[in-house]
Amino acid sequence: MEAVAALVVAVLAACGTYMVLRARTFPVVLGLSLLSYAVNLFLFFTGRLVTGVPPLAGGSTPTADPLPQALVLTAIVIGFGMTAFVVILALRARGELGNDHVDGKGDKS
Amino acid sequence: MNLLLIVLLPLLGALLPPLVKHLGRGASAWAAAGVTVAALLLALPPLGTVFDGMPMEAHWDWLPQAGFDIRLRMDGLAALFVLLILGIGVLVILYARYYLSERDPMGRFYGMLLLFMGAMLGIALSDHLLQLLVFWELTSLSSFLLISYNHDRSEARRGARMALAITGAGGLGLLAGFLLLGHIVGSYQISVILGAGDLIRAHPLYAPTLLLILLGAFTKSAQFPFHFWLPHAMAAPTPVSAYLHSATMVKAGVFLLARLFPALSGTDLWFFVVGGVGLVTLLFAAYTALFQHDLKGLLAYSTISHLGLIVLLFGIDTPLAAVAGVFHIINHAIFKASLFMAAGIIDHETGTRDMRLINGMWKYMPHTATLAMVAAAAMAGVPLLNGFLSKEMFFAETLHLNALGSASWLLPAAATLAGVFAVAYSARFIHDVFFNGDPIDLPKYPPHEPPRYMIIPVEILVGLCLLVGVFPTVTIAPLLAVAAGSVLGGPLPEYSLAIWHGFTLPVFMSLVALGGGIALYTQRQRLFDLRHRVLPMPDARALFWVAIERVMDAAHGVTIRLENGSLQRYVALLLSAAVAAIALPLLGDDAPLLGPVPLSPVDGVTLLGALVMMAAALTTVLWQRQRLAAVVSLSVVGLVVSLVFVRWSAPDLALTQLSVEVVTIVLLLLALFFLPQQGTAESLPLRRSRDLLLALGVGGGTGLITLAMLTRPYGTISNFFLENSLPGGGGANVVNVILVDFRGFDTLGEITVLAIAAIGIYALLDKLCLDMPATDQGGRPWSGEHYPVVLAHITRFLLPLALLVSVFVFLRGHNAPGGGFIAGLITAVALILQYMASGIDWTRERWRVQYHPVVAAGVLIAAATGAGSWLFGHPFLTSAFGHFHLPLVGEFELASAMLFDLGVYLTVVGVVMLILANLGKLTKRCIESAGEN
Repeated sequence: MEAVAALVVAVLAACGTYMVLRARTFPVVLGLSLLSYAVNLFLFFTGRLVTGVPPLAGGSTPTADPLPQALVLTAIVIGFGMTAFVVILALRARGELGNDHVDGKGDKS
Repeated sequence: MNLLLIVLLPLLGALLPPLVKHLGRGASAWAAAGVTVAALLLALPPLGTVFDGMPMEAHWDWLPQAGFDIRLRMDGLAALFVLLILGIGVLVILYARYYLSERDPMGRFYGMLLLFMGAMLGIALSDHLLQLLVFWELTSLSSFLLISYNHDRSEARRGARMALAITGAGGLGLLAGFLLLGHIVGSYQISVILGAGDLIRAHPLYAPTLLLILLGAFTKSAQFPFHFWLPHAMAAPTPVSAYLHSATMVKAGVFLLARLFPALSGTDLWFFVVGGVGLVTLLFAAYTALFQHDLKGLLAYSTISHLGLIVLLFGIDTPLAAVAGVFHIINHAIFKASLFMAAGIIDHETGTRDMRLINGMWKYMPHTATLAMVAAAAMAGVPLLNGFLSKEMFFAETLHLNALGSASWLLPAAATLAGVFAVAYSARFIHDVFFNGDPIDLPKYPPHEPPRYMIIPVEILVGLCLLVGVFPTVTIAPLLAVAAGSVLGGPLPEYSLAIWHGFTLPVFMSLVALGGGIALYTQRQRLFDLRHRVLPMPDARALFWVAIERVMDAAHGVTIRLENGSLQRYVALLLSAAVAAIALPLLGDDAPLLGPVPLSPVDGVTLLGALVMMAAALTTVLWQRQRLAAVVSLSVVGLVVSLVFVRWSAPDLALTQLSVEVVTIVLLLLALFFLPQQGTAESLPLRRSRDLLLALGVGGGTGLITLAMLTRPYGTISNFFLENSLPGGGGANVVNVILVDFRGFDTLGEITVLAIAAIGIYALLDKLCLDMPATDQGGRPWSGEHYPVVLAHITRFLLPLALLVSVFVFLRGHNAPGGGFIAGLITAVALILQYMASGIDWTRERWRVQYHPVVAAGVLIAAATGAGSWLFGHPFLTSAFGHFHLPLVGEFELASAMLFDLGVYLTVVGVVMLILANLGKLTKRCIESAGEN
């Protein structure tokens, strides 16, 4: 199972990286989202793959690690803030520059 | 305390002249003079103690752990420099009052002069190497400002830049040398270092330390081959030259030699490097001075030459030579300051400094001429003037030196030759300017004597030349004794300041120099021709600028390569660097990839989910140009991510991911409306394969690290949170308790970041105008039916239900999966649904809420909750909770953390709505001002 988890992180990170390197703003935004998924999953996996024991106190059995979860929870919300900011930045850039190239270069047509 | 004030007074007083400049021309000068005199008065009591043989010290702790203290110390050498800096400073201030014209900004001039003065005083009084270095750099900076005072003239700017580049580079060397010195001794305190001379000289790092420190000293004191900045610094106004190049700036280098003399001298390396550089500079500059036609150029090279003489004296490395060096520092400061002032007067009255034009000034300004001639005679070393005494001591020292063996005659010969040159250029200064026929085409004619007060400083200085020259034992002897005593750090050698020692070899050398110099001057025309034909010297200035240009070109080339304006390239470089930085150390590591923890079995459902997620991620990439499809497949990835959280025991994360996913997709769809729905293929195959390679590198690397981590033993600090969550935080949902209690401060920071992002977005959307496409890119018109009836009605029924759910999730959050973040997202989704289904206008009529106050309220509530614990004497964000009983509802729990969570909730709702509702408004019209809601 660990190998599957690692493979998932790898694929998400690779896809995100490739998208982030594109020349147009929208794929870059999608790439950032994919990269955030990869990072969040990686962080989450540092608590190891534990099944069926949510981190609720009071029980006698050992539970999943709450700390990575707390970190990832805020990371997800902050990630949304970041995505939103980049998207709006892309819109503004298009409004100001008239194109959606990351370097603000005009369309070739 | 006095010591600190002496330094601080000019530094702070530098503000005064610019402040009072509107009170008239004199006000700035009076302010500057007042500050300087006050500093001088403050210096008197410590000076008295020093003359009684007791150095004064003061120190304040600053960072004692790192060995950084503020340490000031006034011993004999420092006292001498304080006197020179402040005394000549007062005279220069008076002189500049009449030198500067109506148009020159007085406030700026005097402000910078005082700044420079404070920095010099700091150098003189510092008893800590690094502190000295700070003041050292400050002199470089403030002299840059002073030299470029006439910044509308390009030569002033270039001269200032050159001075800064050379002295600044030397300063870097000095820093390195000081750090080494501090490392060797284990202390940066100068008085400690001076006592550790044997340790320093025996240390293997002695040579680099010495050379680096000398680099700093030689650049500052314009020693060969770094001398060329000084003549170009003559672009400064003459009062600045008189100050910087007689008593202060260039003396900082020889001050450093004198200061560290007990610690660094006494080795062959010191003798050959210091002595050699000094000798070359002395001869070369004296020779060059002869060929200058510019009055100040002559004085500049003469200054370099005299500095070379002082450096050579310290290099000779005998106690008596050091005494002579200190003596010549004093004498040179006095006569050179007066000469610069005289040159300034001539320039001021004739409008030129070209000695080929200025002739016969004796007729026009006999008073100035007399003074200048006396000072020039002192420079030449004529008996009964101060320059003669130190030059005699210098000649005597060259004779006593046997270090060169059978070649020992070389040094006295060279010294005499330098004396010949010095007499020749002094003779030229006197004869060519004041006699030698009539002036030719002066810009100002006829010249006359300067204002009365302008010449007083010159009179004082020339008077000092005479007094020291005629009565050395009663005038200068005590000062010389204390200063030389602190340079040597031990008993003074026997020396006599008598004018006449009988017919000795030094007297003979002086006579040769005088006779030879005058003979050389009479034959100058032949010498000029000879130099013109035979000995064209390489122009150091041109070489310097070529070197600077090369460096600039190289830097520019590197910048262009790395920073070509393409963000795509920056990202690629950044990611490559990240991959390399992580991969390279790991490649060298021979630890196995898999750790000792065995892999757990794979179950089918999970595998299927993983496959779906990976496929969706890949299709996002493959379909990137069909952007709608890409968004849909991205949402599939996000949904499976939330399932991953469910699968591995993280219900809070699953809920958060799910609701964020909804919000994100809505946002992306809205944005897509304004962006091209179809991407264009434009990446070249080469770039695509580069990106692919990089993506594989990043992905592969992350995957391998993940695998390596997951198969290694596990340790965590979370047991603390699990054990203390209920008793300490009053909640069973440990994730939520961590967020609102244990790590509440982090959460407060995070919601603040969210709020800032929202404000940024709000500002970005302000006055944004985007084309509203009437059709999609396929040419199909957008649907005219904006708001589907069925959806609109269903969502209206759903709204209260959704809000109820969010309240429920919020309330249970402390003990079961849920909490402020999730509840906020659910509320936001419910509200957005209304906007989407029924339109902005419809919603706004019924739901008159401005979202930015909601954001502010959220952050404020969270912060106030935290601050509330101060009222009970607890640290910020200490939570309290209790159990209460209400009829009907039953027993329930209230925790202050819940109030904090309310802040989180409001922030999240506000942020999401602020972003989406404002973006949604774009679809209505071009936003005139986002302020009107």
